[in-house]
Amino acid sequence: MTILNINGRDVTVDVPSDMPVLWVLRDVVGLTGTKFGCGMALCGACTVHLDGQPIRSCVTPVAAVAGKKITTIEAIGDTPAGKKVQQAWLDLDVVQCGYCQSGQIMSASALLAKNAHPGDTDIDEAMSGNICRCGTYPRIRAAIKQAAKGA
Amino acid sequence: MTSHTVSRRDFVVVLTAAGGGLLLGCRVGDRSGAATAAAGAAPPAFAPNAFIRIGTDGRVTLVMPQVEMGQGMYTSMPMLIAEELEVGLDQVQLEHAPPNDKLYANPLVGFQMTGASSSVRMLYQPLRKAGATARVMLITAAAQRWNVDPTSCNAAKGMVSHPATGKKLSYGDLADAAAKVPVPAEVTLKDPKSFTLIGTPAKRLDSPQKVNGTAPYSIDVRLPGLKIATLAESPVLGGKVASVDDSKAKAIPGVRQIVRLEDLVAVVADHMWAAKQGLAALTIRWDEGPNAKVSTEDVVKGLDAASRTPGVVARKQGDAAAAITGAAKKLEAVYQVPFLAHATMEPVNCTVHVRKDGCEVWTGSQVLSRVQATAAQVTGLPPEKGVVHNHLLGGGFGRRLEVDFETKAVRIAKEVEGPVKVVWTREEDIQHDVYRPYYYDRIAAGLSPEGRPVAWTHRVLGPSILARWAPPAFKDGLDGDATDGAVHLVYDIPAIQVEYLRHEEPVLGTGFWRGVGVTHNNFVIESFMDELAAVANQDPVAYRRALLAKAPRARAVLDVAAKASGWGRKLPAGYGRGVSLLYSGWDTYVAQVAEVEVSKAGEVRVHRVVCAVDCGTVINPDTVKAQMEGGIVFGISGALWGEITLKNGRVEQSNFHNYRVLRMNETPAIEVHLVRNGEAPGGIGEPGTAATAAALANAVFAATGKRIRKLPLERQLRSG
Repeated sequence: MTILNINGRDVTVDVPSDMPVLWVLRDVVGLTGTKFGCGMALCGACTVHLDGQPIRSCVTPVAAVAGKKITTIEAIGDTPAGKKVQQAWLDLDVVQCGYCQSGQIMSASALLAKNAHPGDTDIDEAMSGNICRCGTYPRIRAAIKQAAKGA
Repeated sequence: MTSHTVSRRDFVVVLTAAGGGLLLGCRVGDRSGAATAAAGAAPPAFAPNAFIRIGTDGRVTLVMPQVEMGQGMYTSMPMLIAEELEVGLDQVQLEHAPPNDKLYANPLVGFQMTGASSSVRMLYQPLRKAGATARVMLITAAAQRWNVDPTSCNAAKGMVSHPATGKKLSYGDLADAAAKVPVPAEVTLKDPKSFTLIGTPAKRLDSPQKVNGTAPYSIDVRLPGLKIATLAESPVLGGKVASVDDSKAKAIPGVRQIVRLEDLVAVVADHMWAAKQGLAALTIRWDEGPNAKVSTEDVVKGLDAASRTPGVVARKQGDAAAAITGAAKKLEAVYQVPFLAHATMEPVNCTVHVRKDGCEVWTGSQVLSRVQATAAQVTGLPPEKGVVHNHLLGGGFGRRLEVDFETKAVRIAKEVEGPVKVVWTREEDIQHDVYRPYYYDRIAAGLSPEGRPVAWTHRVLGPSILARWAPPAFKDGLDGDATDGAVHLVYDIPAIQVEYLRHEEPVLGTGFWRGVGVTHNNFVIESFMDELAAVANQDPVAYRRALLAKAPRARAVLDVAAKASGWGRKLPAGYGRGVSLLYSGWDTYVAQVAEVEVSKAGEVRVHRVVCAVDCGTVINPDTVKAQMEGGIVFGISGALWGEITLKNGRVEQSNFHNYRVLRMNETPAIEVHLVRNGEAPGGIGEPGTAATAAALANAVFAATGKRIRKLPLERQLRSG
């Protein structure tokens, strides 16, 4: 049995210690907002926060997160940065198919939480691990800047 | 008028979001009918057609005949209906349509299909008419109740009013009475001058759910007793399972069952991790079959040999061959584009529950009725025993126009007790896709002494996707998709001959990929136009412009893009600007100017793309811009790096490290300029992608002097 702190609540799960957090969230806990895209930390769709840091949950074993705070897309709107990012995403209608956007928003929220006024290079660094096949990158960049204005 | 039964739809619950907007909720696993009751929906008192239902509680539900895969359809279609129905977008709720070709056929193909940039083109009139019909019936019901002339009443924001007396009734109040009004055969649509929604930038109705993780995709389906499966197909395409040793896999905690079929092995487990571990622990011996030695080189050899035969004439104007022979200058070239995978962000997946008396399927499909048909075929059950629940699609790009993955999922589910979600790993998704064909085109032109083209021949060589996918559309040896854009050449050239030569790939399955036939043709045509301009020693924009006297809309987008891009302004060394112009069966005009920088190592950095688009009547201008932006990004990935190659019968690419796609740090500044007019609406999902490769290749030529006739660009630059 492993106790995980997910979105401020302790959840007990009975899973192998090498099981990636992604599948624990999706298939065991039932939080499906975090997405599977590649399984190799190449696309960022599975991004969650671990003690506020963005991590790729598809390659992070559950053993590595016990005792730490996991935040997922379902709760990121409760953080000041996450709320601003979600609002900017709505204001600029960033999404298209939307599948990668949970991961995009998690990466963008982590960026804004540590850097209130990111420049283009900061955005490139923080966001280049998140793939969007619909090509919403120009709007993601604009939305991060807009969210920062409200910071 | 038929209205489909509630039982087919009871999985969908639509909840109005507290802050406005919409929630399209998917209540899966609740088949008792409680879902409908739980949503608090009154029975649809007024259902004048298959798209609109208005309850006595005033709830306006719009049934979406086309699916949402990012292209903004769940905003544009409500706009079309709401404009004529006279309701606000904040007053409607959306439902996915169930599979039903009678009610929801796309007129382009005659069955339920979202693709070919056709939704607005095909449904602009029908959906407006559906809204107007309902409006007329509601007004008639109100006029009867008030005993006044219907023409003295008007409708707005879900209310009918009679200004002379100040009387008002809501659509909910009128729903029962409107249902008794005969459906009018003809209705008058609004004058576009009085549109309040169409043509205005409306916010996407699917945004709120997509920013908080609640938007339901098929991969998110949860059901009581649901098992998760993942699968392996033969690494050599077309191979069969020879033997399976599953002893180690079965020992892995959470693994429940190994399903061995002729062509695949699936591991069924409690969760995806156990399924993946189980799959890795299997020892599968494959009978590799006849493709075990096939490589891309073999494919190209086959194409090259086939390309020397004349094709079937798709467009003929004058005697082009003779005119080329007699021309002052002749140019000819071979252009090639590679196989491409779709790599939708949501890997293909499908959940199926096969019972003795029925089959239930949860998927995200661009061809819903085909999913129902394949479920029936595989299970042997009558089609009406197959219930299909559609979802938001985590990317389509043509991938979900195929039902290969649903078919496999149903075959696996037949062997499993209870519901099973079959999820392809990214590797299986890329290595067993239905690929954009390898096309191999021969093109030639004759020039006058002044450099003006006097004749043009273009032989398109590739498989016919239509012959497999929509057989009636393949006529007289011609595939209208493969030649789309090529036969629409807008330049004023006296003699033109376009031919199509069908050449099926024996190994790889091929299908539609965003931009379809036009994507390859536009690369060929617009690169070759650039070659002609270079031989004529003329500016590429001016050269094209001189040939567009009879195509004012094409000339207009070219002018807008050229001006906005600063065409002709000097660029630093190593930089280049390239232009492309597009027109095709989508009835949309696009011009793009790309600005690139090419390093000595052959790396291409795209700095800026300026795009002008004329798609006639615009429904949602922000969606048009978004589709151009996204289409260009998709096009850049394909043109710079996209390539699926074969070695020993195996697809060599497997995940995003070797099937490279554009990322944030590589994305150029993109500007989209709309050229607006009242022409009929054209498609916008694909033209942005289709026009990109040529603009990039032409920019690379401007930067380096190297003419790239084979994609992807970077591989060619690096191989010298």
